[in-house]
Amino acid sequence: MTRIDAKFADLLAAGQKAFVAYVMAGDPDYATSLEIVKGLPAAGVDIIELGLPFTDPMADGPTIQLAGQRALEAGQTLQKTLAMAAEFRKSDDTTPIVLMGYYNPIYSRGVDRFLAEAKAAGIDGLIIVDLPPEEDEELCIPAQKAGLNFIRLATPTTDDKRLPKVLTNTSGFVYYVSITGITGAAAAEAGDVGPEVARIKAHTDLPVIVGFGIRTPETSKAIASVADGAVVGSAIVAEIAAGKPVSEVLDFVRSLADGAHRA
Amino acid sequence: MADDRINSYKTGPDENGRFGDFGGRFVSETLMPLILDLEAQYEHAKTDQSFWDEMEFLWKHYVGRPSPLYHAERLTQHLGGAKIYLKRDELNHTGAHKINNVLGQIILARRMGKTRIIAETGAGQHGVATATVCAKFGLKCIVYMGAHDVERQAPNVFRMKLLGARVIPVTSGRGTLKDAMNDALRDWVTNVRDTFYCIGTVAGPHPYPAMVRDFQAIIGKEAKDQMLEAEGRLPDTIIAAIGGGSNAMGLFFPFLDDTDVNIIGVEAGGKGVNAKMEHCASLTGGRPGVLHGNRTYLLQDDDGQILEGFSISAGLDYPGIGPEHSWLHEIGRAQYVSITDVEALEAFQLCCELEGIIPALEPSHALAHVMKIAPELPSDHIICMNMCGRGDKDIFTVAKALGLDMDQG
Ligand SMILES: Cc1ncc(COP(=O)(O)O)c(C=O)c1O
Repeated sequence: MTRIDAKFADLLAAGQKAFVAYVMAGDPDYATSLEIVKGLPAAGVDIIELGLPFTDPMADGPTIQLAGQRALEAGQTLQKTLAMAAEFRKSDDTTPIVLMGYYNPIYSRGVDRFLAEAKAAGIDGLIIVDLPPEEDEELCIPAQKAGLNFIRLATPTTDDKRLPKVLTNTSGFVYYVSITGITGAAAAEAGDVGPEVARIKAHTDLPVIVGFGIRTPETSKAIASVADGAVVGSAIVAEIAAGKPVSEVLDFVRSLADGAHRA
Repeated sequence: MADDRINSYKTGPDENGRFGDFGGRFVSETLMPLILDLEAQYEHAKTDQSFWDEMEFLWKHYVGRPSPLYHAERLTQHLGGAKIYLKRDELNHTGAHKINNVLGQIILARRMGKTRIIAETGAGQHGVATATVCAKFGLKCIVYMGAHDVERQAPNVFRMKLLGARVIPVTSGRGTLKDAMNDALRDWVTNVRDTFYCIGTVAGPHPYPAMVRDFQAIIGKEAKDQMLEAEGRLPDTIIAAIGGGSNAMGLFFPFLDDTDVNIIGVEAGGKGVNAKMEHCASLTGGRPGVLHGNRTYLLQDDDGQILEGFSISAGLDYPGIGPEHSWLHEIGRAQYVSITDVEALEAFQLCCELEGIIPALEPSHALAHVMKIAPELPSDHIICMNMCGRGDKDIFTVAKALGLDMDQG
């Protein structure tokens, strides 16, 4: 049982929906970013998605693109991102951390070496945007062997015929991308998302978490109520980009988490 | 040379879109069903005679194919060695090889019922070709172009606008071709139902590298026939410039199994292929990685972050290369070299003065390599170089590089 599985078991027992927060590792700099990440669990975050900066984030909108650029300019690397997770783990051994990013920095480091280092740093799962099931041999299967969850994105273009393929080697949870588009785009209506979540749940027992375009406590609540939880990324990253103090960023996160937890 | 077990070099890619270890389908889930659909539609069209009949009609009457194979007599004399032929794809409508591929993709898009066409462009040649064919068929056309390239290729931006396309300057990243490709992919992820992404080179996720190669292979097919007619035999060496590698793949592909033919690809060496990475020579100065849907040689740092590269030629200013070239490089079937900005500029001038042909800066790189090797080769050695574009778009850049004032004449 990974930290992710344990977390969902706890939430289920408590009758609560999950709130997942995404931040870019190293944005705006290593120290501030670490302080924010350390504050997330107390702000109500159940699972942390830690963004791995990449120069060419082809599925991300301007908000997360710029966050990646700020992080890279401040000297963030894959190695430092893992160091940050390890630092976090010193004081928190239960909140799952999912590394989210693109394949090339991992491929460049070497898959086996990366998996060993990620495991040692306390990473629990991976969401790698540019690795569809067709490329499972690359990282998905080795990651599962190494004891890391590999969380897949399902999208509105993933039809029923394709869903089983997408779910086959998925573990931890399923991330449903509620719109066709990039991060930070307009949100889907909860009324449209509900049937889609049901469609996925007909194929899997894994929890289904919904993200893309959620930016307010109200939408967080509305979306969480039709799924197993909600993810917010760009809206939090935008607060960091605006130079808000860490405490204010965390207050905003708390309002979103409260929304999801009220669902 | 290569592995004996391979009895043809033309069988790739495999069913996973791989050429050896290169290629593949590294895209987000949203796009995956779209590229599988495209692959199915292309596989169907490929074996449909009416598809190729339409292509051939338009290649002939709209593009002006076949392009001539021309013996560059004065260049041959001047260099004093090998006999030099130029494959004149710069004479195509819109001034480069790009339209060969665009026609194929747009005919396919029409068959698929897509009404909105998006494209990325660097030098603007692929953008102009796409805007042209969209105008001809009454399709909506949106071209993503790095903000930096919008500045240095202003005439092509204006052409695209005249042709009714919307040009979107891309400011993400550092505003060159790779960033334009990122934004085109972001558009496609957003507009999945009505949009066809018309990629301009042999890169991107499978099936693009194979499909674009197949459309450009008309260059090599014609060159082969024309050479047999002119000389009664195949050339000894074929040479082409490489940005993403489409004009090169188009010339090379029909010759891959003619193992007596030397194949040379010329990458942009920028200010020199050294540790400062101010070049775009992915094969000579990069290492394998994953970008824009495929695994290939890339310019990248130790952390796997992609570098921007540098070249005087906007069309070669791309940190990657088509995956089939990476494979041909690793198995040794083709040889890849690099040429600096300064060498390309010399070749550009020589071609104007000796042959009355103003070449684009891209094929000027190939020509510069011809200038290096031809003098050392015997007079019965035949070189065929792909003159893949004309230089009208480059005269401002060249004037600036040579320190000339165009207004003074
Ligand atoms: C004339 C010309 N040649 C070459 C290229 C580079 O592309 P490729 O390597 O795909 O042929 C371009 C791209 O804009 C071009 O305009």
